[in-house]
Amino acid sequence: MKGLDSFRVERRPDPSGGVVVLVSLLAIVAALAVAAGLFKAYGVSPVRAYQLIVHGALGTPLGLTETVRRAIPLLLCGVGLTIAFRAVFWNIGAEGQLLLGAIAAAGVALFSGLPDSLLIPAMFLAGFLAGAAWGLVPAILKAKLGLNDVITTLMMNYVAMYLVEWLIHGPWKGTQMRGFAYTDKFPDAARLPLIPLTRIHWPTLAIGLALALLAYILVTRTRQGFEIRVVGENSEAARFAGISHVKTILLVMLISGGLAGLAGVGEVAGVHGMLRSSAQISMGYGYTAIIVAWLARRNPLAVILTSLLFGVIMAGGDVIKSSLGLPFQLINVFNGLILFFLIGSEMLMRYRVSFSWRRR
Amino acid sequence: MSTAPGSVIVLRGIVKRFPGVVANDGIDLEIRRGEIHCLLGENGAGKTTLMRILYGLYQPDAGEIILDGRRVRISSPRAALAHRIGMVHQHFRLVPTLSVEENIVLGLDEGTGPFLNLPRTRQKVAQLAAEYGLAVDSKAKVWQLSVGQQQRVEILKALYRDAQVLIMDEPTSVLTPQEVDQLFSTLRNLVDDGLTVVFITHKLDEVMRVSDRVTVLRQGRVVATLPTSATDKAALARLMVGREVVFRLEKARHAQGKRVLDVLDLHALNDRGLPALRGVSFSLGAGEILGIAGVSGNGQRELVEVLTGLRRATRGKALLERMEITNRSPREIAEAGVAHIPEERIRMGIVPNLSVRENLLLKGYRHPPFSRWFFLNAHAAAENARRAIALYQIATPSDSTPVKLLSGGNIQRLVLAREFSGDPRLIVAAHPTYGLDVGATEQVRQLLLKERGRGAAILLTSEDLEEILAVSDRILVMFSGEVMGTLEAEGADLGEIGLLMAGTRQKGGAV
Repeated sequence: MKGLDSFRVERRPDPSGGVVVLVSLLAIVAALAVAAGLFKAYGVSPVRAYQLIVHGALGTPLGLTETVRRAIPLLLCGVGLTIAFRAVFWNIGAEGQLLLGAIAAAGVALFSGLPDSLLIPAMFLAGFLAGAAWGLVPAILKAKLGLNDVITTLMMNYVAMYLVEWLIHGPWKGTQMRGFAYTDKFPDAARLPLIPLTRIHWPTLAIGLALALLAYILVTRTRQGFEIRVVGENSEAARFAGISHVKTILLVMLISGGLAGLAGVGEVAGVHGMLRSSAQISMGYGYTAIIVAWLARRNPLAVILTSLLFGVIMAGGDVIKSSLGLPFQLINVFNGLILFFLIGSEMLMRYRVSFSWRRR
Repeated sequence: MSTAPGSVIVLRGIVKRFPGVVANDGIDLEIRRGEIHCLLGENGAGKTTLMRILYGLYQPDAGEIILDGRRVRISSPRAALAHRIGMVHQHFRLVPTLSVEENIVLGLDEGTGPFLNLPRTRQKVAQLAAEYGLAVDSKAKVWQLSVGQQQRVEILKALYRDAQVLIMDEPTSVLTPQEVDQLFSTLRNLVDDGLTVVFITHKLDEVMRVSDRVTVLRQGRVVATLPTSATDKAALARLMVGREVVFRLEKARHAQGKRVLDVLDLHALNDRGLPALRGVSFSLGAGEILGIAGVSGNGQRELVEVLTGLRRATRGKALLERMEITNRSPREIAEAGVAHIPEERIRMGIVPNLSVRENLLLKGYRHPPFSRWFFLNAHAAAENARRAIALYQIATPSDSTPVKLLSGGNIQRLVLAREFSGDPRLIVAAHPTYGLDVGATEQVRQLLLKERGRGAAILLTSEDLEEILAVSDRILVMFSGEVMGTLEAEGADLGEIGLLMAGTRQKGGAV
């Protein structure tokens, strides 16, 4: 008789690109399968639900444009996160950085008094700087005091959230809003142009696509990108080669925070036209972008695809809410499942289990 | 098979191979009850591997383990403990946030159901502690304890599990002299009580102080087993480093060049804040290889780190052709013309996931032709890789292969190719052939000699005294952070080097 003697987990050689894509798709399929159980529990046929989601998000002009609209902030935040993750700085704070961008844009739109033609550029600039500043705080804390980046970036999200709430309930509360907790409406010159008949604020989309390309060039072709990768892959060797760890993480968080800030500008200036509750402005884009960046395997160009995929999922959430009467939060569960299976599959790609058998 | 009476452990013909190296090559060892038995050898001699086999962490490829006359298979540390063998590792296996008593019972199936019976544990620990002089606060959290106290917890852990044989892996490497004294008296108490201690070390004076018998290992084989009273430090030093005629590399003699490096009264602390360099002075000329000999842990590593900017000097100076490089950044020092072959090539010398091409760039990427303005020049990088691969015979499928897929020898050739580019004035080489096979070792040595021929000044540290003898022009021996003496490699006497390594200062000791 043979019995299991022992097993061990071994590293396996690098998976090829094809394997990575295949495993990523399998993770999504696995998440779909588990989520199917949830639909069943609500008494809805999973097949019909998925049909509705795909049709709703991709099959109609309105659905398609909603998909793209949702993808814009995911694209900007996601591209920034790929840079931070390359340097192994775990920025969980894109959500807060996005909100700071939104605040700065609202401040410029409502109170700067700049001439109309300068308003939009000034809002993007202020949004970038505010998001970057919000991102630099945890970077400095890590560089100088060694504080854990996951915790500080995460906590800063709550500070940002309550900062928004305070502003819209307090000093920035609109005078024409009949008591609602909004700021006043932005002047027209502070609104982003839309692609006709859609809600796609194309300047932000264009900026996002351009930055995805620039980020890709930064990572693969430039000196700074090389330093970022060396620090992320082996910080000891980086120290050896005289690469400054501090400067590198400050740089990646400047970029990562700044890009999330731009996403916030797009949301207030392109969609809402005012600063309002953080839940309405962001809907968790900053968190979903973590999954977007991870699914893209930290490749800024691939973020264009993965952000669209999550655009589909979020637009699909609108559909199951309106057509099936199911809560939008199901989408968050689904996103969580995808991340869960992605990270799980990562282990399976890097390690394998080998068994040794002995005869009895 | 018959064994001598009183033998608790007999190892016979133990063989353990790792990729590219035979760590244990047919080792026979016999441990007697109630003795302190030292395993002496340089790093890489196979001491720790052998004890890990005995403790069930590794399985031998061949050979047998006989405990109390019975052949056994020790499949895990748990099995070793069942045979009443305990081990105190060089790096402790404690949970810092748990208390001493919690650490001690960790993994044991005691108490009632899921509950621990900590008062009973405390009592037993107190008893053991009093018996063997292992005083430690049983309720303290481990992170609050000093290193010496943590080691006591490790010993208590083994005793609590009724270990009769205690393996100590380089137990003094982390201790202060006072803690060493205390440890030695504890070990004495233990053997007086009938326990057996196996003590792994590479420090000669510890062998003389604490052991009853000593087994010397070299390159995976047993060189000798002797009663400690029948030997002395010089004899052990000779056994440890080898007696056979050293193979010398063909070296072209040439006139001494100008002075490249002057080190004046250098002081520095180690990672634990204790003095590691205590007034080191020497100089090194162009076209000269100065070998730093010494048992590891006597300041060689700190010296290398100070000279390459990775560690601060607390006093003294290092001058590179009269320009001060003391406490400059690694980048500034590298750009002043100092190359560094790091001690741990995988951890510090390369970025495993990046390609051969990118790893070759790690030093020069900031400057033309590799970098123009913000951008890296892919063409120059490829050209550089092509040349380095050909010149240094780096065996790689392509220049875009991740470096982690290369063999140790090829990784080291890559590091040399990178560090030797730009014709450095000073090369600091730390254990450049450590872990390499014979062929790769030979090549690395030849490459060092080629740089010497070009006129580079080379500072070489190595665990392997034969290497130092074979490659160096002069040899400097360090002990406890000080220079014990320097001698010409030509015709150097091993006995004299052994004595210097053991801490006896050179007569007429001017350096």
